[in-house]
Amino acid sequence: MGNESVVQVTGLVKRYGSKTAVDGLDLRVRTGTVTAVLGPNGAGKTTTIETCEGYRRPDAGTVRVLGLDPVREAGALRPRIGVMLQSGGVYSGARANEMLRHMAKLHAHPLDVGALIERLGLESCGRTTYRRLSGGQQQRLALAMAVVGRPELVFLDEPTAGLDPQARRATWDLVRDLRADGVSVILTTHHMDEAEQLADEVAIIDAGKVIAEGTPEALCRGGAENTLRFSGRPGLDVGSLLKALPPDSAAAELTPGAYRVSGTVDPQLLATVTSWCAQHGVMPEKIAVERHTLEDVFLELTGKELRG
Amino acid sequence: MSAAGTYTPKPGAAPLSRMIAAQAALETKMLLRNGEQLLLTVVIPTLLLVLFSAVDIVDTGKGEAVDFLAPGILALAVMSTAFTGQAIATGFERRYGVLKRLGASPLPRWALMAAKTLSVLVTEVLQIVLLTVIAFALGWSPHGNPFAVLLLLVLGTAAFSGLGLLMAGTLKAEATLAAANLVFLLLLVGGGVIVPLDKFPDAAQSVLGLLPISALSDGLRDVLQHGAGMPWGDLGILAVWAVVGLGAAGKFFRWE
Ligand SMILES: Nc1ncnc2c1ncn2[C@@H]1O[C@H](COP(=O)(O)OP(=O)(O)OP(=O)(O)O)[C@@H](O)[C@H]1O
Ligand SMILES: [Mg+2]
Repeated sequence: MGNESVVQVTGLVKRYGSKTAVDGLDLRVRTGTVTAVLGPNGAGKTTTIETCEGYRRPDAGTVRVLGLDPVREAGALRPRIGVMLQSGGVYSGARANEMLRHMAKLHAHPLDVGALIERLGLESCGRTTYRRLSGGQQQRLALAMAVVGRPELVFLDEPTAGLDPQARRATWDLVRDLRADGVSVILTTHHMDEAEQLADEVAIIDAGKVIAEGTPEALCRGGAENTLRFSGRPGLDVGSLLKALPPDSAAAELTPGAYRVSGTVDPQLLATVTSWCAQHGVMPEKIAVERHTLEDVFLELTGKELRG
Repeated sequence: MSAAGTYTPKPGAAPLSRMIAAQAALETKMLLRNGEQLLLTVVIPTLLLVLFSAVDIVDTGKGEAVDFLAPGILALAVMSTAFTGQAIATGFERRYGVLKRLGASPLPRWALMAAKTLSVLVTEVLQIVLLTVIAFALGWSPHGNPFAVLLLLVLGTAAFSGLGLLMAGTLKAEATLAAANLVFLLLLVGGGVIVPLDKFPDAAQSVLGLLPISALSDGLRDVLQHGAGMPWGDLGILAVWAVVGLGAAGKFFRWE
């Protein structure tokens, strides 16, 4: 993993008429990493990605992809990137292998098409034309089209939307193999587990701005509260426990004998709880620290209401 | 899952000529696979040629009916491919994101348009071979300057392509489908293809005569039926349509 960046977005603004879809967004993708862009529906993920792909001209800010301006230097950039659109992109009358072979012909050193078809389970599509393929087969074909030209950088807009668990895992494996071979990947997803599994870096976008970024671990550690649970005698004095804890903590007996402490759960807090137990002659059984998931963090940051 | 190094980046565009040839081949294959397109480009012109040569439905003037009909049907074939077929196919490619996706591939946009033109020309050659063979079987005896015929066909193709792409690049796919078929029907009837223009009232004739289909069928007929030299008037009309159509398509075409 180098320290150079393949994508450098600074202060990007993109408007559609009076609607501001992207509102001063900064994003950096380091070479050789997988970056996941998360965000509620309409947050501006696709707009941001498509600006990087050269489809849209920024209203303000700068976008550099592989050091190039995606609009002005499109000719130099396009052979070097792989693109999977959020939907569509294939002739409705084309067969999967026909379309993939065609994309391969547009590149100088394409992957072995047969092997790629086999790897993504597309051989069963046979002579079926695109419009009759299942949604998941269409997605896998679009993914194959994005990688067949042996790009340096791949943009995947919701690559696993609508995939069954097997196909999702096959997609994850492919993304991991791409990274292992030095390809940089930027993907969007609504699956938090996918981002946790795959991404080196996560950027959470809301209302056209990045509101949090970092490794999945760092995001889960910071921000959201974590939880510590233990069981002991019913009816312990929770108030006295609370006094021993830092001010931002909470403690409760959920059901008789089951206790929950929430707050910034770090080794210090764990020590405080166990020493309080020792002072009160309590053996804290089944003591467990629950790390918050990316989904908890995401919901905490972006709220629970539905987006338009 | 796969050997290490399988995906090691090795980017690069294929040579332009290979990209254009591949794109043109794929576009032609898509067209020949599409039932409605075949109906439009092959079945309808063939049926009209055979039917109207065999049965005296319209009065085609003196001489063999096929000598009048064959040039008109050739004009119809050009219109069906360059205008109707291309408009409908391109409209749906735009709707389904094909044009958008190809826009992110190494194939430049002008090369995509060149490939589309090549595919139209290949289809027209196939149509013309088929229709010529049938017309000969029906007793056709063409005259005239092959170079004039070629020039008419090329300018006609340019004029119809411009109009077809203008429609495909600005209207919704469904609107393009409906409008392109409607225009095809109207021009088939009112463009001197099977019904001679002199069957219409004088006022209508002078307007209809300016349509690209009338200029193409009239020009082809002047040469192939009457052995005229260069039909400059008709070539001029087609050239104006081509410049206006392609210019407007270039300006207003939207890729998404
Ligand atoms: N072509 C367009 N014309 C007008 N408005 C648009 C256009 N594309 C997107 N928008 C608007 O811009 C905002 C951002 O859209 P975008 O597609 O970037 O969101 P997204 O984060 O990809 O959402 P999703 O998760 O649903 O795919 C939305 O409010 C959307 O309605
Ligand atoms: Mg999107």
